[in-house]
Amino acid sequence: MDIDLIIESISVLARGVFLTLSLTLLSLVISFILSVPLSLLRASPNRAFAGSVLAYTYVFRGTPLLVQLFLVYYGLSQLAVVRQSILWPLLREPFWCALATFSLNSTAYTTEVFRAGILAVPRGIVEAAQALGLSRLMQIRLITFPLAFRAVLPSYANEVIGMVKASSLASTVTLLEITGLARRMVSETFAPYEVFLAAGILYLLLNFIVSAFFRMLEIHFAQSSTGNSKNAAAGSITSRLRHLRRAMGDGQANPYETGQPTIHPPVIKKGKSANV
Amino acid sequence: MLSFALQFLNGLQITVALALVSGMLGSLLGLFVAIVKLSKLRISGFLGQAYTTIMRGLPELLVILVVYFGGTAAITALTGRYIEINAFAAGVAALMIVFGAYCAEIFRGAIMSVPQGQMEAARSLGLKPWQIWLFVILPQMMRVALPAYGNLWISLVKDTSLVSVIGLTDIMRVAFIGAGSMRAPLTFYLMASALYLALTSLSLASFRVLERRIQIPGH
Repeated sequence: MDIDLIIESISVLARGVFLTLSLTLLSLVISFILSVPLSLLRASPNRAFAGSVLAYTYVFRGTPLLVQLFLVYYGLSQLAVVRQSILWPLLREPFWCALATFSLNSTAYTTEVFRAGILAVPRGIVEAAQALGLSRLMQIRLITFPLAFRAVLPSYANEVIGMVKASSLASTVTLLEITGLARRMVSETFAPYEVFLAAGILYLLLNFIVSAFFRMLEIHFAQSSTGNSKNAAAGSITSRLRHLRRAMGDGQANPYETGQPTIHPPVIKKGKSANV
Repeated sequence: MLSFALQFLNGLQITVALALVSGMLGSLLGLFVAIVKLSKLRISGFLGQAYTTIMRGLPELLVILVVYFGGTAAITALTGRYIEINAFAAGVAALMIVFGAYCAEIFRGAIMSVPQGQMEAARSLGLKPWQIWLFVILPQMMRVALPAYGNLWISLVKDTSLVSVIGLTDIMRVAFIGAGSMRAPLTFYLMASALYLALTSLSLASFRVLERRIQIPGH
């Protein structure tokens, strides 16, 4: 083991971090945008919609990402239609091919993750939203999706980490991201241990940041007053109590004036046991 | 075209063999690591945690490359001659290490779901440790672990395609060679996807059947 070489490789491979990150983040953004409507269709009671989305996710989740990548990068050029289309300048480039494949693949996984979350939203909450007269779009935007997203946050974090790792496949279509640079460096230096160790450190660092970010997000959601139904109930009671206490402390304001149902403050007897 | 059908059949055999061997060895490794992680020894728990955290954070492709090039470098250094390590062996070793890390996490959760009283009852009946594990803990934890284990197996089948990068002639490699020589990449890669889809569908169906078989009615 050559420590200097490891440090040198890290500084060389760090140039690939940008490509790894841009591939990962762009495909995550695209897949997030695509999979929200798809997961709603997948969870809808309509058999035709749900079935066609299932066919898409089944095929993309059932075949290796490498095959999908080669199918797009090498396979599409066989079709004359693709070669003559306006997208050809894009589909000729390995970057856009990799981005398209990763996005499609990630959409399939994310759709299934979100679907599980949507199905986990309690029926009563959706019915309550309907009873309040919210439109379908508002129900999804305000009720279904925020609750579903919180429920599946850990699975979504796994999907994001999976995407960071999957971006290493871009090296097979000549892209020089972390793994691609590492492979080139190994063939130049013949020092596989040091170079791959450096690449591994970079990937671990990226994934550590991702998982720390999602852990923070989870804590943030859990602490916000609408974290889940139990917290929401607790939040409203505490705010009501605070309101009451303020009213009592002021000594003048009457809590009944607000017109909201309030509860009497419990009478606490200190140091005495009334029941004995 | 017929010769390629035969080659695809060979590739299919290699893919299946690779998945089965690395899956079996990986399961054993995972079970071992899960038991080690649950043991009361601080240091073994730490080592197990380090192994699963690191391996689950690294891309599978990188692990395969490390094992292949690292193994070749090690053998070359040992013997003094340039010897390329067998791609199948490297693939089995790499996939086993990755599969074992994920397995260990699944098995650890499943072992913890078996009530402590089962172990104590078995011990009070005078069973030896290996008997306790084989006849009491394993059958009960498998029921809990099976759904996650099935998913893991399917991702292992898909990950075998990465071993084609180091030159193993599995389905993926056959498709790559065929696509190059026949100048029909679309056909060959679609064929490869169909084969992989068949494998994963078959795995999915078998795990469904297995899950239903070992289910306790009313649970």
